[in-house]
Amino acid sequence: MNRDPLAVRITLIVLAFLVMAVLIGLPLVTVFAEALAKGWDEYVLALIDKLTLSAIRLTLITALISVAINLVFGIMAAWAIAKYDFKGKSFLITLIDLPFSVSPVIAGLVFVLLFGLQGWLGPTLQGTGIKVIFALPGIVLATMFVTFPFVARELIPLMQEQGTEDEEAAVSLGASGFQTFWRVTLPNITWGLLYGVLLCNARAMGEFGAVSVVSGHIRGKTNTMPLYVEILYNEYNFTAAFAVASLLAFLAFVTLAAQSLLEWKRAHS
Amino acid sequence: MTSPTRLWRKPSVIPGFGITLGLTLMWLSVIVLIPLSGLVLKAATLGFSGFFDTILTARVLAALRLSFGLSLIAAAINVVLGLLIAWVLVRYEFPLRRILSAMVDIPFALPTAVAGIALTTLYAPNGALGFLLGLIGLKISFTPLGILVALIFIGLPFVVRTVEPVLADIDQATEEAAACLGATRLATFRRIILPAILPALLTGFALAFARAVGEYGSVIFIAGNLPMVSEIAPLLIVIKLEEFEYEQATAIAVAMLMASLLVLFLINVLQAWGRKRQGTG
Repeated sequence: MNRDPLAVRITLIVLAFLVMAVLIGLPLVTVFAEALAKGWDEYVLALIDKLTLSAIRLTLITALISVAINLVFGIMAAWAIAKYDFKGKSFLITLIDLPFSVSPVIAGLVFVLLFGLQGWLGPTLQGTGIKVIFALPGIVLATMFVTFPFVARELIPLMQEQGTEDEEAAVSLGASGFQTFWRVTLPNITWGLLYGVLLCNARAMGEFGAVSVVSGHIRGKTNTMPLYVEILYNEYNFTAAFAVASLLAFLAFVTLAAQSLLEWKRAHS
Repeated sequence: MTSPTRLWRKPSVIPGFGITLGLTLMWLSVIVLIPLSGLVLKAATLGFSGFFDTILTARVLAALRLSFGLSLIAAAINVVLGLLIAWVLVRYEFPLRRILSAMVDIPFALPTAVAGIALTTLYAPNGALGFLLGLIGLKISFTPLGILVALIFIGLPFVVRTVEPVLADIDQATEEAAACLGATRLATFRRIILPAILPALLTGFALAFARAVGEYGSVIFIAGNLPMVSEIAPLLIVIKLEEFEYEQATAIAVAMLMASLLVLFLINVLQAWGRKRQGTG
């Protein structure tokens, strides 16, 4: 099938490997080499440090809340967009995709302008004693903003492709809307749903810019894992910085492996 | 359900339109639209002259020029590298092909802060690559070149993943016909393949560019962050916020946002063009 001479083929393949090795392979190797530079003991000590554990906990809580909420929203948005025909649909899709084209720093900034002390709602909030900025709610809001499109974006094309005939049949046989979704639609979109959740979760756990703006970097309180990596790195505590970073890199590997598995399952189902 | 007052949508027997669309719009407003409008409103309180007084300072202009300029260069380099990798992945069979393909997605999945500190260490004067490049007098980390490296890293998958499916769809019979008619391989590439993948290449370029302009995490470690030299626009927003200069932070953000929306619009136009090409071609 390929008409390129062998020499051209080999040159291009070698070049491609070289580009990927330098651009992507070496940085990955660097993460693990630096993390283990002072041996396993130092590595483990950095990971079981109290502040590291609290950063891991905050990252898990943030991801859990924002992924769960974006999951529910994503399903509803995909249902409304894929199962009905209405005017302004493509505009709505563009709006849902909007957070992808906004800088993470701006995603953080908008919540500071809304809930910060000088913000639109700041004075009101201060009266009630609720803290949003420099606290968990702000971190969750910023994370939800940047991960907003992931689930919907995965589900919309999938559900559009599947059409509405199954659902129409179910409804005409007397199923309620919720039954139709639960018994007819959901089994068809399971893989796409998991795929969206996977990507959403990876971004939620790894988000840096948006969270950095709203967090206030209070150690043991509002430091997520990526923020803690930054603090350790800026203190020249490289072993610990790369140790925490290696956990995040590991998360990326797991995400990619699960992604390949889901693609394989989807192709074979 | 089919009352004539709802002519803006096609009637459907499937229930739940009102509630799903309603909740979608509500949630979209709460998380995305209202916060973004707050930003624009805040910028509006600056007034026309206040806005431009902020934007047109030497430091802000230098940051914007750096962000947009380097993003353009990085996206252009990504088009070349991305085409190479997409081509190899689609056209050739070779050992470790799946590994190469999986590696393409790493910049999507790896948190930006991790990429940032890894690239910085790697390209620092005492790092593996930084040391080698230092021998020929090239300094990467803590210079604008470092920013470029980070932007190429995060933008590469956009080009590869956009070009790959289009390249796979090209009918190879056309290429064979061209070869039979005496076209050289290079002429076939230029006349047959390149026009077919041009919309995808441009879309990939625009996506990589859009991502690079707003990128923060992977850049700030390697940049050196010298005002006027290696300070990107997103970092300047953060600095202004830390100085409690909310108006200035907002003005820079709105300028960036408008540029991003323009790019988003261009991407939509490009994708429509690509679909039309594929449909007719």
